[in-house]
Amino acid sequence: MRASFGVWICALVALPMLAVLARAADGGLSGAWEAITRPAALHALGLSFGLSLLVVGIDLIFGLATAWALVRWDFPGRRLVSALVDLPFAVPTLVAGILLVVMLGPQSTLGGALAGVGIDVIYAWPGMILALCFVTLPFVVRAVEPVLEELDPAEEEAARTLGAGEALIVRQVLLPPLLPALAVGAGQSFARAIGEFGAMAVLSGNVPRETLVGSVYVLGEVEAGDSVEAAAVSVVLLVVSIIAQLVVSRVNQPWGRE
Amino acid sequence: MTPRHRTKPQGFGLVVTAAAILWVVGLVGVPLGALLLAVGAEPAQVVSELVQQGGLDALGRSIVLAVFAVIVGGVTGTLGGIVLARQRFWGRAVLDVAVDLPLAVSPVIVGLAFVILYGRGGWLEPLATALGVKVLFATPGLFLATAFVCLPFFVREVALVLEEVGTSEEDAARTLGASEWQVFVWVTLPQLRGALRVGTLLTVARALGEFGAVLVLGGAIEGRTQTATTFVHTMMEERHDAGAFGMSLILAAMTVLLVQALPTGARTKH
Repeated sequence: MRASFGVWICALVALPMLAVLARAADGGLSGAWEAITRPAALHALGLSFGLSLLVVGIDLIFGLATAWALVRWDFPGRRLVSALVDLPFAVPTLVAGILLVVMLGPQSTLGGALAGVGIDVIYAWPGMILALCFVTLPFVVRAVEPVLEELDPAEEEAARTLGAGEALIVRQVLLPPLLPALAVGAGQSFARAIGEFGAMAVLSGNVPRETLVGSVYVLGEVEAGDSVEAAAVSVVLLVVSIIAQLVVSRVNQPWGRE
Repeated sequence: MTPRHRTKPQGFGLVVTAAAILWVVGLVGVPLGALLLAVGAEPAQVVSELVQQGGLDALGRSIVLAVFAVIVGGVTGTLGGIVLARQRFWGRAVLDVAVDLPLAVSPVIVGLAFVILYGRGGWLEPLATALGVKVLFATPGLFLATAFVCLPFFVREVALVLEEVGTSEEDAARTLGASEWQVFVWVTLPQLRGALRVGTLLTVARALGEFGAVLVLGGAIEGRTQTATTFVHTMMEERHDAGAFGMSLILAAMTVLLVQALPTGARTKH
């Protein structure tokens, strides 16, 4: 049993990933280095990296706020908000890109008005940031929620009785036990954002050295027939997202469990 | 645990709650509404582009891929879940990490990996040629891409449930003289019903939505390797916005229904 499953995983996962590594090394280490440090490649990787970091920051702030609101407070539309949080998890990321194009594209009312005052959203960074926020929305919220749920409200009450304001309660009582969950959510968001392709392909405009991200750059190189270049850039993206994923699975192992 | 008593937000809580509502509704709700309006504004145009540009054929292909992914994932995932949950062996940790890898790999890189593997000079090109199978820009490539991206779902669900239920019932059946096969069919499989259901829903949603890998491997050839998602992409590039929006709405509706059918808590584990 274990042998047949092992063979299946090797054929489906290990061999293809090794093939990318091998192809990246085809031109030797110096060739791979040259491929990664081409100005267009470097810019695309840097853009992916920078946008992902920025989006993780936004996710942490709004994700924590959303989880706290959902767990702690009763407000009209609570169920709707909770349902909406789950949608990006299922909706194809390409469709996420289309949704934002429909809402904010040059032909839409909102997009037209923004363009009128000189703000381009779609085919520019603001739209790309929104799209990445969309596709990573559930991770921090859903990672933090169960931990918040299990916190003893009595601790909060005690702090309040002792005269602490809400902001102080969040910082001193709620935040410390949440850090591992925040790390998990951040890691998942980052891994997702750095490799995001579908939404970027439809709404980033894909202008080299401006809005072209790493994953779309890889597509361009594949289509141009340069698989060595594509593989070299892929390896960088792979390593970064695998590290993020490993951080997640390490933190996820509850300490002290057999 | 007693259910938490929620009160109306006040003070700082009110500010945070309002920000959260605006964020979530603005980011997800409003764009969905905008798509509905856009499709509702010209339904005839949407339907005609969907039909005339090959949208139905593409959607059908995506559904076939999803069914395939469920069958392959269900069988290999049950096997893999049992192996990971019940057996201890050299290399188990590596398998464990490898199963989660598809969650971390960008879809384009999945496509690239199989292109390198089965393309000219690839390690498996001789094997595919010997078997007479054309992988790239053909249906087998779509199958491979879909199987790859859906790999973790069944394995993880099955392994999780098996770890939770333990082996006491299986051991009891063995003590009573059941064969391994009988234990699997009459004890293990019924315990896995919920896990297989969740695995199916997640796999279908993922298979329907896969884009990057099927684009690179399949090439989005109309009538042959065009899927629902690559259809949306092609329509956008050809300025057939109505067709792109229509298919997007179909995909959004299908995946939203799938996620609603999931038990709470099973939605974002992956």
